[in-house]
Amino acid sequence: MTSNNSHFVAPIDETPLLATDAVKTDQAPLSLWSDAWRKLRRRPLFIISALLILALTVVALFPGLFTSVAPNAGCELANSEGGPTAGHPFGFTFQGCDVYSRVIHGTQASMSVGVLSVLCVLVIGVTIGALAGYYGGWIDSVLARLGDIFFALPLILGALVITQLPLFRENKSVWTVVFVISLLAWPQMARITRGAVIEVRNADFVTAARALGVSKFGALVRHVLPNALAPIIVLATLELGVFIVAEATLSFLGIGLPQSIMSWGNDIAGAQASIRTSPEIMLYPAAALSITVLSFIMLGDAVRDALDPKSRQR
Amino acid sequence: MVRFILRRLLQVIPVFIGTTLLVYYMVFALPGDPIAALFGDRQPPQAVIDTLRSQYHLDEPFWVQYGLFLQNLFTSNLGNDFTGQPISASLARVFPVTAMLAIEALAIQAIFGVAFGVFAGLRRGGWFDSTVLVASLVVIAVPTFVLGFVFQLVFGVQLGWAKPTVGANADWGSLLLPAVVLGLVSFAYVLRLTRASVSENMNADYVRTATAKGLSRPRVVLAHILRNSLIPVVTYLGANLGGLMGGAIVTEGIFNVPGVGNKLYQAVLRSEGPTIVSIVSVLVLVFVVANLLVDLLYAWLDPRIRYDQ
Amino acid sequence: MRFTRTSKALGIVAIAALALTGCGAGGGTTEGGGDTAGDPNKVITAYSNEPQNPLLPAATNEVYGGRVVELLFEGLRTYDASGKPVEALAESIESADAQNWTIKVKQGQKFTNGEEITAKTFVDSWNFAANSKNLQINSFFFESIAGYEEVSAVTEETSADGKKTTTPAPTAETMSGLVATDDSTITVKLAQPEADWSLRLGYSAFFPLPSAALADPKAFGENPVGNGPYKMEKEGAWVHDQSISLVKNPDYTGPREAKNGGVNFKFYTDPGPAYTDLQSDNLDVTDVLPSNALKTYTTDFPDRNATKATATNSTLNIPGYNPNFQGEAGKLRRQALSYAINREEICKVIFNGTRTPAKAFVPPVIEGFEEGIKGSEVLTFDAAKAKDLWEQAEKIQPYDDSKPLQIASNTDGGNKEWIDAVANGFKNNLGIEAEIQPFAKFAEVLNLRKSQELPGLTRAGWQGDYPSLYNFLGPIWATNASSNYEKYTNPEFDKLLQEGLAAKSTDEANAKFNQAQEILFEDLPGLPLWDQARAIVWSNNVVKAETGWNGGIRYFDITAK
Repeated sequence: MTSNNSHFVAPIDETPLLATDAVKTDQAPLSLWSDAWRKLRRRPLFIISALLILALTVVALFPGLFTSVAPNAGCELANSEGGPTAGHPFGFTFQGCDVYSRVIHGTQASMSVGVLSVLCVLVIGVTIGALAGYYGGWIDSVLARLGDIFFALPLILGALVITQLPLFRENKSVWTVVFVISLLAWPQMARITRGAVIEVRNADFVTAARALGVSKFGALVRHVLPNALAPIIVLATLELGVFIVAEATLSFLGIGLPQSIMSWGNDIAGAQASIRTSPEIMLYPAAALSITVLSFIMLGDAVRDALDPKSRQR
Repeated sequence: MVRFILRRLLQVIPVFIGTTLLVYYMVFALPGDPIAALFGDRQPPQAVIDTLRSQYHLDEPFWVQYGLFLQNLFTSNLGNDFTGQPISASLARVFPVTAMLAIEALAIQAIFGVAFGVFAGLRRGGWFDSTVLVASLVVIAVPTFVLGFVFQLVFGVQLGWAKPTVGANADWGSLLLPAVVLGLVSFAYVLRLTRASVSENMNADYVRTATAKGLSRPRVVLAHILRNSLIPVVTYLGANLGGLMGGAIVTEGIFNVPGVGNKLYQAVLRSEGPTIVSIVSVLVLVFVVANLLVDLLYAWLDPRIRYDQ
Repeated sequence: MRFTRTSKALGIVAIAALALTGCGAGGGTTEGGGDTAGDPNKVITAYSNEPQNPLLPAATNEVYGGRVVELLFEGLRTYDASGKPVEALAESIESADAQNWTIKVKQGQKFTNGEEITAKTFVDSWNFAANSKNLQINSFFFESIAGYEEVSAVTEETSADGKKTTTPAPTAETMSGLVATDDSTITVKLAQPEADWSLRLGYSAFFPLPSAALADPKAFGENPVGNGPYKMEKEGAWVHDQSISLVKNPDYTGPREAKNGGVNFKFYTDPGPAYTDLQSDNLDVTDVLPSNALKTYTTDFPDRNATKATATNSTLNIPGYNPNFQGEAGKLRRQALSYAINREEICKVIFNGTRTPAKAFVPPVIEGFEEGIKGSEVLTFDAAKAKDLWEQAEKIQPYDDSKPLQIASNTDGGNKEWIDAVANGFKNNLGIEAEIQPFAKFAEVLNLRKSQELPGLTRAGWQGDYPSLYNFLGPIWATNASSNYEKYTNPEFDKLLQEGLAAKSTDEANAKFNQAQEILFEDLPGLPLWDQARAIVWSNNVVKAETGWNGGIRYFDITAK
């Protein structure tokens, strides 16, 4: 609001209306997103986090580049909880598997579970929450109460039943876990979105936009949501980590990924067996998880800053 | 306002029916005969199993079972669980314990989360901000069963500051340790939500106006920045209260808290429909009331929000 | 026997003590201790969990209810620490022909509510327990008595949709073979001679019940009144999901007199917190250790732990309906699997010596156990031989490797670690894919086993009801036996079992049973894995704790410091 041409109440003779309303047509209007992108790519926070995420993606897609030890083979009980040796820099798990190789190979499943679940939750939760908060009235009542129903669903009951569905019973995969997590976690996202949208929907700039003829839905998408993003991004980035760990809990209960799919969650759950004797085994998958969460938190922070209209300086 | 509240309370009815129907059906759909499972590998005479099955109406179709549950509910007697214990009595035992635990955990995460979040948000990128970022990473990346175990071992066994487990006769003191563990993960959420809001609102016009008016810094922070930053935090806490009341299976297990989570877990493993649905029924009420309170708080936090439309 | 998360090594029990050590003539108690002056009034706290049934002796067949019932009641006999029967309420138990028994009951014994215990008390209690209408799950313990058929009769109805329903329909209220001739004499006529029948009289199903129990079993089961070394602390001493408190019964005069002031059973749904409580002396004794403490309990509790072999074993069952394990190729593959399991290493690394590699289908603590039964060499680890056998099988019929070989197990019993290790052994030594098939609910595995739908292997375990070779063979491997869920059948094996049961002497019987095991080793319907030991730890508040032959803690023998 500090820009130079924002004298809305200037005396008419001092500032000719024509001049004020003149649009600089020679300059392409900067949309919110392109403006954000312009700012984003110069921010060190963004560059670092993007590089980290890129690196994690490469590890996830091509684990073979980083370790020659086959992930789920050659586990010898004789090596149980063994310390680091040549070729096995992180030592061995309780079952005598190579920790380093498992962490590398676990990246794919864990990143998939985290990222896909967050995306699903974002799509469902933000849509429902935004509609409920923005339109209010009976739409709010129906959507918010729908969220309540799913919220009241006990996690393990939901997970047990879902994994029993014919679709998933025979082949549990990353998608099974994503489905379970998304189904039970979207109400949280919907609530946060709803709250943020309710806060923003009465703001002056929304009223102004509506007065300028922007459609109601258009105002939601173009003005309300961008201004409600901060809590959504915070929730999404934290949930990424929480979901990856949730997969560990599901695996632990026997309703997560099968043993043949390696994941940090599986490793963390498995390391519980050595928690009294060799707690460091848990450190490596937990550290990998932390780095992932950290990079997404930084990314989220950078994106939020770039999008924040209040901090836009122009 | 009164009409708004009344309308919301009336909405309990469809939510209640929807939830109980869904949950009851899910239990119904679980594989395995719950009665046979009661006895493990060593099965009793078939007559015992069959008699128990008919006693608990397990041979009836779904709608009859659900109808019987509703009937029991409205005659204020929830029936018996599969070991013959009245369900109402076990609910009366577990809910107060979990309520205490939830309130304690909620207080911990609200107080520390908001306080730390404000400091971190005011000085973004500072050493405090970075430290709490790392701390929140730790509580997220380390699963509860590890965190709980470590706390138990360090504070309960090695230092002897607290009883390592809760057990019978739970009180505020003995629930403190599990409450801290339970509050930690959500603490990260509260902290980061507060931080994001605060850092966003710091640049708002009204903050500049307030500062320009000559208000003291603490007053600006508390009365203007914080109050306007609380909506996402309050939303999260409201939702989280529901989650906490639903019982934290892992935490209650580690600290042997005889609460809702433990009960629910055992009931799910045993496919005890009536127990599960009774617990969920209570939870539905908690959720709806918590949501209502959150919505009322919105209006208080931000006077622009009105519900009487 | 089932192993849940909480009952892990214990399994469901039946038994806390059908202890029969062959021809154990009573007498000679071997109780040690007594040299330590403890506080006889102090209450001991002990690990337990919520009993699943009313506290009626014949309605309880799981460990947590069983241990309470055993302390609240006293039967005609009881068992000492080594498993020898000791007369308790019985003055004498005699029979000339092993079919007609005369039991003399001690006079002047009372329940804690003052009710006199006479011969009639036992007769009424047993008739109650055996009656199918009363739904007592241990009713089959009376099956040898003449007239059991009538009181336990049921009718079976088939509904329109083909579903069978069994309803109790006793045709008599009392067993004809069970008579109280006077206040102190019970005569029992068995349906057929059974030389060792009297040995089971110490089992809880045979405990006497006061008349209140028969009048209102449900109410009684909440607040039982017994005649044992302990009594309920007060009305409502069973706080559901939390604890049961027992106090010493001052009027008790039998062989199991309490050396402490009471036992408070604290309920845990997980053994982990109990272990932590013990570390900080908030709990006095536990018999279930969390699996991640198996390597540390001897160092966490130096001089405060005990490990004793028990009559419990584990097997890996191979369903006969799995096409990969049928025919000549299947036989070779079953052997290959067995050779590919390094039992020695798993017992050492994963169980830290609380399991010992199996040498037969029966644990060594059972009398009549024999090592080196023909065919038992498959229990040794031999990677080369495993690989060789597998390749031989491949030549006959190729292995369908479209899916990994799955080992089914519930995940709440601390089984995952060893199953992972066994699966890794298969992978490394046979070159096949193998993994655990986890189930959150025990009921699901049971269901799949009963309906013959398991895709792969399954773990199984058995805790002996009484120390006899037959008990580890008959109920599990005989055709259509109650716990033979994989439906293994071999007429030759069945025949040898029957010959063993009808044998004149124990030695002759055992020879037949061991011969029967040769057939099991030939067929390998399951792979014996290991035999269990019970590890217990106790706190600084007590002097010592001890387990009986079947692994149950002898709570009344614990003295407080």
